[in-house]
Amino acid sequence: MADDDDTSPLSGVIRRHATRYSPPPGLAARIGAALDEVAREDAARAEASPPSARVVPFRSTARWRPVALAASFVLAIVLSSGTTWYVTAANQQGQIAEEVLASHVRSLLVDHLTDVASSDQHTVKPWFAGKLDVSPPVIDLAAHGYPLIGGRLDYLNQRQVAALVYRHQQHVINLFVWAQSGRAPAPRPPAEIQGYNLRRWQEGDLTFWAISDLNPGELDEFVQGIRTAAR
Amino acid sequence: MTTPTGPREFERLALPHLDAAYNLARWLTRNDSDAEDVVQDAYLRAYKYFAGFRGENFRAWLLAVVRRAAYDWLHRNRPAEVVPAGDMDLEAVAADSEADNPETALLRRADQKLVNDMISALPPQFREVVILRELQELSYKDIATIADVPVGTVMSRLARARAMLAADGRRRLKESTHGR
Repeated sequence: MADDDDTSPLSGVIRRHATRYSPPPGLAARIGAALDEVAREDAARAEASPPSARVVPFRSTARWRPVALAASFVLAIVLSSGTTWYVTAANQQGQIAEEVLASHVRSLLVDHLTDVASSDQHTVKPWFAGKLDVSPPVIDLAAHGYPLIGGRLDYLNQRQVAALVYRHQQHVINLFVWAQSGRAPAPRPPAEIQGYNLRRWQEGDLTFWAISDLNPGELDEFVQGIRTAAR
Repeated sequence: MTTPTGPREFERLALPHLDAAYNLARWLTRNDSDAEDVVQDAYLRAYKYFAGFRGENFRAWLLAVVRRAAYDWLHRNRPAEVVPAGDMDLEAVAADSEADNPETALLRRADQKLVNDMISALPPQFREVVILRELQELSYKDIATIADVPVGTVMSRLARARAMLAADGRRRLKESTHGR
């Protein structure tokens, strides 16, 4: 039977009137975060049981063993105080960078760039009120060629964050903002990840991440524009 | 990464179908937050089995996982709603002329609430073919894959669903005219 033999008058009524339910804002982001979680657990499990985890015999004479052991403890403690922090923090920044990239790509894929679509900063800013624990600065850079096109709630780094969406020609820029009390400055994240350019900066208690497929020069110009206007 | 396929690759394929997935889950659970849970559960399941996906029609495969997750949810939370459709399939379909000729009053006076209420009242096995056919505009073949039944069953369920809708619509219109 042909597949397009739908002549039922009821079809028309249903197609005209029945609700097509749309996923709520943030569902794509939550699914993405859950997938990342599963992938991390899988990776951790695989690491915990490497195929050939045989113990390498410690080749030293028994006499020296206690001394060597003690020395290695001291060395470990000295090293860990500085290096561990740095390595952990760097990993963390890399992981956030991955999540920023994932959110950016997701926002383009799902055709869900904005929850509130408006080029008016006075519409976008109040929209975040009550949805987040921070009030992100919403700046329109239309005059510089980077018009604001809206905002959206997103989820990354295990928290709800504001995503401000800008456009430059055909390129979309996602600017993520969340509150982070400024401790020691975290190591610099990669400036580029899988072909997307990435910028992070701190302004008071707020952390900003900008990501786009714009070229580095234009993205820097955008960041400069935001930072200048925010002051 | 140790997983054969990373989450990014899966997202690239699966997220464009989020609207269809959510719409199906929402119509089967008839509730917003349950639909969200079902879709998230389904996407995680699909990701786990993704490495084994060898088919050509990713959308149909994904929606089949969503449907499975929705039925699992119904079995757990509202078992009374899931009645095997086998018996109902056998009921006379061909003789039912209502489907082909619903009252013009229904066509004229139908609105969003009436149509939504009517579809919601269908048993899930009939509701899903209506949603997949009329709202997602999928082929019988795809619907058969998703619902895991032969194409002939899809067609008879669709015909039967239309007959039920027409009868239910007539009843509701009569009530709203005479009642109150």
